[in-house]
Amino acid sequence: MTDSLRIIGRDDLPDNKLPEELGEKDLLEIFRSMVVLRVFDERAVALQRQGRLGTYALYWGEEATQAGPLYACSERDWIFPSYRQNAIGILRAVPASTIFAWWRGYGGREGFYNVREHRVGPICVPIATHLPHAVGVSWASKLRGERDASLVWFGDGATSEGDFHEAMNFAGVFKTPTIFFCVNNQWAISTPVHKQTALKVLADKAAAYGMPGIRVDGFDPIACWKATHDALERARAGGGPSFIEAYCYRLGAHGTADDPRLYRNEAEAANWKRLEPLARTSAYLKRIAVLDDDLESELFVDAKKSIASAVAEMEALEHPSLETLFDQVYASRTPWTFEESLRELQSVERPPEVKPLGAQPGPPSTGDADAPVGPS
Amino acid sequence: MVEGLNLALDQAMAADDRVLVMGEDVARTGGVFRVTAGLLDKYGDDRVIDTPLAEAGIVGTAIGMAVYGLLPVIEIQFDTFVYPGFEQIVVHAARYAWRTRGEVPASIVVRIPFGGGVRAPELHSDSPEALFAHVPGLKVVCPSTPEDARDMLLAAIEHPDPVIFMEPKRIYRAGRQDFPEEPPFDISSADGVTTDYLSKARIARSGHDLALISYGATVPACMEAAERLSSERGVDARVVDLRSLYPLDVDTLVDAATACGRAVVVHEAPRTAGLGAEVSSLIHERAMLDLEAPVGRVTGFDVPFPQFINEDDYIPSVDRILAGCNKVLDW
Ligand SMILES: Cc1ncc(C[n+]2csc(CCOP(=O)(O)OP(=O)(O)O)c2C)c(N)n1
Ligand SMILES: [Mg+2]
Repeated sequence: MTDSLRIIGRDDLPDNKLPEELGEKDLLEIFRSMVVLRVFDERAVALQRQGRLGTYALYWGEEATQAGPLYACSERDWIFPSYRQNAIGILRAVPASTIFAWWRGYGGREGFYNVREHRVGPICVPIATHLPHAVGVSWASKLRGERDASLVWFGDGATSEGDFHEAMNFAGVFKTPTIFFCVNNQWAISTPVHKQTALKVLADKAAAYGMPGIRVDGFDPIACWKATHDALERARAGGGPSFIEAYCYRLGAHGTADDPRLYRNEAEAANWKRLEPLARTSAYLKRIAVLDDDLESELFVDAKKSIASAVAEMEALEHPSLETLFDQVYASRTPWTFEESLRELQSVERPPEVKPLGAQPGPPSTGDADAPVGPS
Repeated sequence: MVEGLNLALDQAMAADDRVLVMGEDVARTGGVFRVTAGLLDKYGDDRVIDTPLAEAGIVGTAIGMAVYGLLPVIEIQFDTFVYPGFEQIVVHAARYAWRTRGEVPASIVVRIPFGGGVRAPELHSDSPEALFAHVPGLKVVCPSTPEDARDMLLAAIEHPDPVIFMEPKRIYRAGRQDFPEEPPFDISSADGVTTDYLSKARIARSGHDLALISYGATVPACMEAAERLSSERGVDARVVDLRSLYPLDVDTLVDAATACGRAVVVHEAPRTAGLGAEVSSLIHERAMLDLEAPVGRVTGFDVPFPQFINEDDYIPSVDRILAGCNKVLDW
């Protein structure tokens, strides 16, 4: 990690020079975003434990890799999250209740959002499949002479999929304004990154597609911001795509159904935890007199308040009607099969409302499956 | 069922050193559903392999290994994640025998946990079996009991042709079943018998008034519906568990339709161009004059598998199956 771009000091390494574009207000906004993300994540894990949400993919410890790059984007830039950045939309005016609802098993108006309105891609579950979309969006913007760029998040594991390579190659060939933001948390469920690739530094993959690659400290939001900021400037000047590897560590489980003790030494995770970005950033901002305890607790109180009301909104949602199944599958008029299917459903007694499985993976009411189901 | 599958893998690996297991997270953790648990310790990391996260790579390299003479069993983590490997399955696994004068089939098994009902997030609950049944050159099977899971997986591994092995994850841990641990056939000279285990339907319940035809996780629901038909209407339903989705066991299907005169096909996958359409037309073609009513279908709908709060509305319930049966009975 010594090669990584890093601003905030750690252990015996000193702080590096703060990028001059960042004023006090900017630093606080990045920190506030991290607080909101953290509060959402902790709340979601708690709700899952209480059986109020389904399986959940936590991102505890990866807030710097989300808040930093997002702050570097302009409002016109498009962002594409994977399930790991599931809550990023709330920093782009997607209601937090919508994200909670998604994890509670809602779709439709309750659990999905308008991608074009927020310029936030749908929460992407199949690994690496959203990368080409991010390329396509920024390519289209370029074709139309606009300056909108795109940024896409994905994991170390995603770099093994074909879609990753195809997306990187298109971006390189067509010089699209795309930022590939790879969160190298060193694990893909139970598979360590050294079994994912024979390459030591993921950022070196960029060279194969003719684009610059840089490794940054993924627990440092300012480093994440800086790399993204520079990449966006270059992209907007016609310099094409960039690849950023945010080197960090998956401090938590893969998801709430995963038990990392089965495959890794948790002492190692505990050791990485000292770099955990909220405490680290808070200490830094206090060191440079941008933050104090009062302001920090105010930020947490505000975030908790807004997240609590989002939970209340989610829990006040009605059980979706049977019609929901057939809603919005097509943007055009629905095919005749839908009406017939709905009539069939309406002719029998409706099954009881589905409850999430809760903390202990256990049998759903219909029968079985206590196997861990990865949110994956 | 998980134990049955694990036992089959263990027995095949012990008896035949060409067999190896690979996929995402199958070795260290034994797979997200624990189907491959314990195999790494027993057989080592040359035979139980955690791969990079790449389904095209997993299927494609397995084909290469099979061409060399090994017998790879690969695990796809969840149903929809097979799609990056779909091309390799369709354009290569399915055509290797044909392309090599029948002499070098791609002898791989692609295990796919599939279907809903486990309260999972988007894209963890699909039933893509019809996509594979539509591809010439593939065998497609789906067990619904622990014993069948063991026997069919053993047969699939030793079988020369590529087998898409659909595992109904909703009943992975449903009711235990005692069955003889001994493999049902001699693994080292299985040639010839494996086809029997991969082509025959099972009569799960005998009856003469109505044939309820299904496979996978909807078989238990059909059994329950059959009991209710018996107690509520005095109708004696025969339940046919297809087990093989390609090829279909035409004799058992025609027998059932002829004997009962009425049939209903049940599956969780979407209706249009699903297995039910094939079963229904087969029965109409071969036994129309014995039918008292057109063959009915109770299936999932032509919509994306819903987010899980609505999944019980989508999966054929016992009530929906009964309604479908009553329609055919009262026709
Ligand atoms: C195409 C596809 N294959 C498999 C999976 C199952 N799966 C979900 S997450 C995951 C690991 C992803 O690791 P990584 O890309 O490093 O991201 P992280 O989870 O660490 O954020 C796997 C294998 C999937 N979602 N999609
Ligand atoms: Mg990872």
